[in-house]
Amino acid sequence: MPITTTSILGHRGRRNTAAALALIPAGLIVLIVYVGCMLWTIRLSFTSSRLLPHLDWVGLSQYERLFANERFLVSIKNILTFGAFSITGCLVLGFLLAVFIDQRVRGEAVFRTIFLYPYSMSFVVTGLAWQWFFNPMLGLQKLGRDLGLTDFTFNWLISQEMVIYTIVIASIWQGSGLVMCLMLAGLRGVDESLWKAARIDGVPVWRYYLSIVVPLIGPMIVTAVVLLSISVIKLYDLVVAMTRGGPGIASDVPAKFVMDHLFERNNVGLATAAATMMLVTVCAVLAPWVYARYVRAKGGRA
Amino acid sequence: MKRISRTLAAAAFAVAIPSLANAAEMKAEVLHWWTSGGESAAIKEIADRFKAAGGEWTDTAIAIGEQARAAGINRIVGGNPPTVMQFNTGKQFDELVSNGFLTPLTTVADANKWKDVLPKAIVEAASRGGQFYAAPVNIHGQNWVWYNIDVLKKAGVEPPKTFGDIIAAAPKLKQAGVIPFAHGAQDWQDAILFIAVLIAEGGKDVFQKVYGEGDVKAVQSPGFRKAAETYAQLRLLADEGSAGRNWNDTTSLVITGKAAMQFMGDWAKGEFVNAKMTPGKEYGCVVMPGGYVMGGDVFVFPKVSAPAQQAAQAKIAELMLAPETQIAFNTKKGSVPVRLDLDVSSMDICAQTGMKALKDPAQQVPSENYISTPDRVGAMRDVITQFWSNKAMTVDDFSARVVSALKSSS
Repeated sequence: MPITTTSILGHRGRRNTAAALALIPAGLIVLIVYVGCMLWTIRLSFTSSRLLPHLDWVGLSQYERLFANERFLVSIKNILTFGAFSITGCLVLGFLLAVFIDQRVRGEAVFRTIFLYPYSMSFVVTGLAWQWFFNPMLGLQKLGRDLGLTDFTFNWLISQEMVIYTIVIASIWQGSGLVMCLMLAGLRGVDESLWKAARIDGVPVWRYYLSIVVPLIGPMIVTAVVLLSISVIKLYDLVVAMTRGGPGIASDVPAKFVMDHLFERNNVGLATAAATMMLVTVCAVLAPWVYARYVRAKGGRA
Repeated sequence: MKRISRTLAAAAFAVAIPSLANAAEMKAEVLHWWTSGGESAAIKEIADRFKAAGGEWTDTAIAIGEQARAAGINRIVGGNPPTVMQFNTGKQFDELVSNGFLTPLTTVADANKWKDVLPKAIVEAASRGGQFYAAPVNIHGQNWVWYNIDVLKKAGVEPPKTFGDIIAAAPKLKQAGVIPFAHGAQDWQDAILFIAVLIAEGGKDVFQKVYGEGDVKAVQSPGFRKAAETYAQLRLLADEGSAGRNWNDTTSLVITGKAAMQFMGDWAKGEFVNAKMTPGKEYGCVVMPGGYVMGGDVFVFPKVSAPAQQAAQAKIAELMLAPETQIAFNTKKGSVPVRLDLDVSSMDICAQTGMKALKDPAQQVPSENYISTPDRVGAMRDVITQFWSNKAMTVDDFSARVVSALKSSS
């Protein structure tokens, strides 16, 4: 039998070759850049590199130093708090905004634009604007006191415990527009007849949305959570613009810890150890989900 | 024949003109972090002189020292270096030298006799292995206190001479409705204040032992303890807007009379100069006791391949230490010239006080950057800024954290 792509790969051989060839550049990038750099970072975390990579071996000493470093521990606590509140807040607010627009209000396009506009602003601009807003001497507190409430205090920005929540607020303001758009797309896909049936059955509006609509737009919610999680892990420029990690080290986050140590502190070893810990955390969170979705599901089908 | 020779002559001429132009061409991209009003005016003095010499100056100003240094280091390591880059005097550029990224300045330094006219501490800080790798441009005193004369007079308070004076004067100033001691709580500002308090209350030897040698016993000494207690009292005077405030915003509080005094290095003087105020008339300056903490800025010259940039590097290095540039630049910047052989009678009384202090070797105290690596400087800053911002932290707690910071950094 002559050797053709069909004989080697079966009847779909020719189509698969073209597809495989088209994917090679992307595959190479993933392999070399993503996986390769990840492995390089992990390798560097076992060295004593200062400003430039230096391939010796110091075992786990960088990790020992990392977990004794109070700033790193504070940053982990902060990112968990930030992630929980920010994702929940964006989902809830985005969903409510989407429901509001879905009511076929007049000027729907205008509202959509207004709500989505914050997402187009850079984190630096957002951070700076909110910093002025939260600044006790310039922003909300001054406004309250000028209006006559002489004891009005809103000094979260300079409080050790509350400063992370100011960053949460700024992030919710920016991210809910995107969530709103995703949810709106999902809501528009929900069949109109379901709504009519619910009204006939006398189901209250909130119950309708909670028990019927939310499960239906499940995939949209998952997409929104994934996108929001990515920006949670990457949180850096918003913190730098709003608080510079302060007051003290109270609003430090892992990405800022890594960046500071990578360059200014001339400590690549410690920075890569922190980056590796971020990778380990993300993998630990994703692994059960990947298993449930892909491995177990596949097994079930076979 | 004539035509050919004429064509050849024209061709030779055409080739010669561009190369002549190339020989005189000097292109420089200068990366620095001088973005406030006074600072920009100061670096413009150097830029103008370079342009007058026929050079092309591209200004890459990045606000905040750490961000500028991070961007610059990234570019140097990545192969797209700026022609000239700013650092603080000290160990910040050590690894760039040891990995061969910087051009040595031996030719310019020898031709202009830098080793003879610069103070010994500066020569050592700017050289590695006996060769100059950085061009120092100024000496900044880091432990000055700046005060608004009118505000103090109205409140009936004498200008402070020690940190104890500042703490004692605070209640009267608060009553007069001004911020007694304005401070911007950023980590480097918290750190230079602590170092000043340390040498004032504990002596400069304690500072040398803690920062330079990482000596844990020095942290437990009574001198260190007294300094930490004074610092703990100073932090109670912070106003509500001080968290994360930039140093020049704090200086403008003193300039406009909303605050009585600010602790800051003498780069703050540039802001007063920009606001057209005169020392001794509208504002006063005093060096805190214990010594004169010498900081400063240097410019390094990464290895570049383009001849236009190399020519520019030689010219700029020479220009930066030329006597006339030194006076013009430092008058606007607020620092004192780095050369000891200049006539500074044209500079104001604050600069004269600084120069007088510098002439006495016992008064010279190197800044944290001279004696510690960026790693240790950073680790100490993390601890100090926590101590300032978290008013519930005790002195014992602070000392324990300093010990662990010294042990884990190197």
